[in-house]
Amino acid sequence: MENKIYRVGMADAKVTQSPGILTTIGLGSCVGIVLYDPITKISGLVHIMLPYSNKISDNSNKLKFADTGIQVLIEEMVKLGANPKRLISKIAGGAQMFSSKINSDIMNIGERNAVATKEVLGKLGIPVVAEDIGGNYGRTIEFYSEDGRLLVKTIGYGIKYI
Amino acid sequence: MRNVDISRLNEMYLDILKELGNIGAGNAITALSTMIGKKVDMQVPKVKILDFQEVSDIFGSADTIIVGIYFDLDGDVNGNILFALDIKSAASLIWSLMGLEVKEEFDELEKSALEEIGNIMAGSYVASLSTLTSLNMKISPPAISIDMAGAILSVPAIKYGEISDKILFIETQFIEGEKLIKGDFFLIPDINSFDLILKALGVEVNGK
Repeated sequence: MENKIYRVGMADAKVTQSPGILTTIGLGSCVGIVLYDPITKISGLVHIMLPYSNKISDNSNKLKFADTGIQVLIEEMVKLGANPKRLISKIAGGAQMFSSKINSDIMNIGERNAVATKEVLGKLGIPVVAEDIGGNYGRTIEFYSEDGRLLVKTIGYGIKYI
Repeated sequence: MRNVDISRLNEMYLDILKELGNIGAGNAITALSTMIGKKVDMQVPKVKILDFQEVSDIFGSADTIIVGIYFDLDGDVNGNILFALDIKSAASLIWSLMGLEVKEEFDELEKSALEEIGNIMAGSYVASLSTLTSLNMKISPPAISIDMAGAILSVPAIKYGEISDKILFIETQFIEGEKLIKGDFFLIPDINSFDLILKALGVEVNGK
């Protein structure tokens, strides 16, 4: 069976089952959150841009935020047959693309996104089994639903599976 | 918090933003021309409004490597400016400024030259907006990143994400000698500053 590749953009999410591949290209300060049910191999990836939906007045786009994005992703995965109690997660991104000299809010947005992601997953009881977070560089990620590997590619900071 | 819906900005706002972009970019390019001591021809800038999904592909693909030069904006108007260039354009600028051929990667000297080019262009861009609006604006020192387009453009996208599901930027193209240089200016005023700029230009913000 051919491995289908689903590309996830900013404020976007996709779900698949084995042997589908979920990818997001060029994660910066955003966070890519993979949820995975290891028994059914149903997988989901959401690419969030901001921490919490209740901090922003226009929060109709649920996939833009860590809290509502994860919620929607779980719902979509359950529809495919995933068991929410079995879900584990892998997360990547949350970089600070422009470092040092400037001191503003956006500088910490990557970190704030990562922190919010972990808080939300923690409250839902979903363990983060692997992460590649922070730094000042972009990441391209590919998740293989067949075996649960997450490939992280960077420019100048190597390639690895987590 | 009030909400400026960029997708619903009417034609008049767009014309004004386009004109600001035109004047700002015109000044930026004049500054560049003075800096490199050569004539630079500018094409009419284009105002583009895109969805988040589309923005990471403006340099071809989200994993295309680009140069981003980023500034904080403060004073009466707060926000950020990002000047983004493809690698070829950045290398052409280095060549024009320093007569150096960029090999595979930009070294520290070349990176600081790019920061300086960005600094002068963004500085004159902002100076012209400041004159036009009589609002005080100044930029921070530049910060540079050379990385995947998606990752660099996530920074303005997130900033815009706080107020909208769209992102607005101004594409400029200019020709130095025989080289076409393409650069994109992202001017990202904070929510309140956005209104302030329009108001300073005599535009009533209707609706919300």
